[in-house]
Amino acid sequence: MSEITYKPGRAPHPRETRRIFRNIDRVGYDPSIECFMKDGGYETLKKAVAMEPAAIIDEVKKSGLRGRGGAGFPTGVKWTFIPKGNTKPVYLVCNCDESEPGTFKDRFIVHQDPHQLIEGMIIACYAVQAHYAIIYMREEFPEAAKIVKRALSEAEKHHFLGKNILGSGYDLKIILHRGAGAYICGEETGLINSIEGVRPYPRIKPPFFPAAIGLYGCPTIVNNVESLCQVRQVLMRGGEAYAADGATRSPGTRIIGVSGDVQRPGYYEIISGSITYGELLYDLCGGPKPGRTFKAIIPGGASAKVMRCDEVLKGRNPDGSVRKMTIFDVPMDLDSIAQHGSMSGSGGVIVMDDSRSMPEMLRNLNRFFAWESCGQCTPCREGNPWMLKLSTRICQGKAAPEDVDLLKSVADNICGRTVCAFGEACAWPVQAFTTKFRDEFLALTRPVNAMKPHNPETAEARKYLTRED
Amino acid sequence: MKEQPDAIAALAATNPSPGEKFYPPFQVTPELTKKAKEYIAMYPEGKELSAVLPLIHMVQEKHGYICPESVIWIADMCNSTPIHVQGIVSFYPGIRTSCPGKWHIRVCHTIACALSGGEELLAYICEKIGINPQALTNEHPIAVSSDGLWSIEAVECLAACGFGPNLMVNDALYSQMDRAKVDALIAQYSNKA
Repeated sequence: MSEITYKPGRAPHPRETRRIFRNIDRVGYDPSIECFMKDGGYETLKKAVAMEPAAIIDEVKKSGLRGRGGAGFPTGVKWTFIPKGNTKPVYLVCNCDESEPGTFKDRFIVHQDPHQLIEGMIIACYAVQAHYAIIYMREEFPEAAKIVKRALSEAEKHHFLGKNILGSGYDLKIILHRGAGAYICGEETGLINSIEGVRPYPRIKPPFFPAAIGLYGCPTIVNNVESLCQVRQVLMRGGEAYAADGATRSPGTRIIGVSGDVQRPGYYEIISGSITYGELLYDLCGGPKPGRTFKAIIPGGASAKVMRCDEVLKGRNPDGSVRKMTIFDVPMDLDSIAQHGSMSGSGGVIVMDDSRSMPEMLRNLNRFFAWESCGQCTPCREGNPWMLKLSTRICQGKAAPEDVDLLKSVADNICGRTVCAFGEACAWPVQAFTTKFRDEFLALTRPVNAMKPHNPETAEARKYLTRED
Repeated sequence: MKEQPDAIAALAATNPSPGEKFYPPFQVTPELTKKAKEYIAMYPEGKELSAVLPLIHMVQEKHGYICPESVIWIADMCNSTPIHVQGIVSFYPGIRTSCPGKWHIRVCHTIACALSGGEELLAYICEKIGINPQALTNEHPIAVSSDGLWSIEAVECLAACGFGPNLMVNDALYSQMDRAKVDALIAQYSNKA
């Protein structure tokens, strides 16, 4: 590993373990297949096609690999949900519609090391016996679309794709399908509808997994880009060896994207659970900007609940006693942060320091969710613009104290009442922000505002009832 | 029942834009049809409808936006109806129904980029290329400068959050932008053919 040199200023921190991001920002590395094969690429595939598909699924199950798209569902288990005795074709879709604010890991994989993804995808397709696979790429990656298309044709030329792959008698076709800038297409059933050419409204559950009924009514596996790259790592190392690294319940490496108010934002690949949030932010990211202190952290992409940095959390010692801790003592694996009411989702950590106004941050998030709501379910379609209106009003100083409670109650009424997880995704930030930073919200409000009209029409109608003060 | 083309045209009415002089008007040519058939052939048999998005991208790349005539043509190619295709066109934020400028700037203003100054940058670029930021609304997310050279759109998350503020000019992403870099970028594109 020592021979790898990285571009100046882009070298990994000593506490990082680069596996998926091994070749990102590496000097002299380009996305061509020659470069990838020189580095041992497609050797794992050769090993995989010599195995039985069921043996690969077993290996992935043994590894304990969990999906990296945000929900953290065990990948190997997902693959076994294809109905027994299925006679329909099986499809595999790679979800490269990375659009959760704060998450930016997949961008670098598809731009700089696309063959890694393609190899992982071929292995996954072989394991579930899919003969047709789709890479669903978001519209905002036009360059990556060209790179991946070229990579696919290169792989076909080398007989890693197409008919009779490496003489195993297995056929596979992978195509690239570009989205068009909709966040909802990251939801797997919305994504499937988008591929089918209808409006990408998420589908009603059950079935909870498209592995039962998915694309064109056939069993479909949807996996994240990083998950598919991890599949390659599992096969390369062997399931048990893979499971030996990192947290017991979420082994392997994780790619963390840090953005916001830190000295060195960027991506860090770490062994899951090997460091805490404090170590990440103070050691790897270099701490807060000069003269500032950390105020709040969103630990897993914009839809995760925000955590206060001065919040006292209850941790459990190995002997069962309770100790006090803060967010900085929480280890970075998939589950630890969930015990404290948030989630580590897709690994996007957004950091805010003491110069930030929390209502302003929430307004920004509300605008995102109001813009991206697909409009299928009434609570989400109507609730999001309402929450945006309320938070804008709070930021403008035109709100009454009751509006803060109203804001939270709108969120409470969206949560759990929608077809897809977008309802929770848009409600959680509001619930967390308004509860944890309630004082800050209230400070911007004035009781007299309750008497004031909010638009010119009501102002006209009520001009003899209220007075401007 | 077949939809009335007039009703579709009214539904899909586009705003005239000064950017149109930089893009060829939509025209069905044998090459275009051939390329469309190639896209349709990528999908399993009988699933022509899946090619709607690739066809839309193909038309948008060449002609700048999706005009009512292209909606009808895409519907024909995909064995669908114009109203269905219009439903898709109106859904996605990445599909434009009016022509952008020659250089289309997309500035991210979601939380991570906002933390590093995306909103201020958006205002600065608007001022620099002579666009009133008030012209950017939910109904008209794209504003075009009067010479048609520039257009601007405030977008949500370009997925490069660690390196904000980010912006895209046509297909190229620019990260860690500031005012000086924006000045240089605009000068560079102004002289580009």
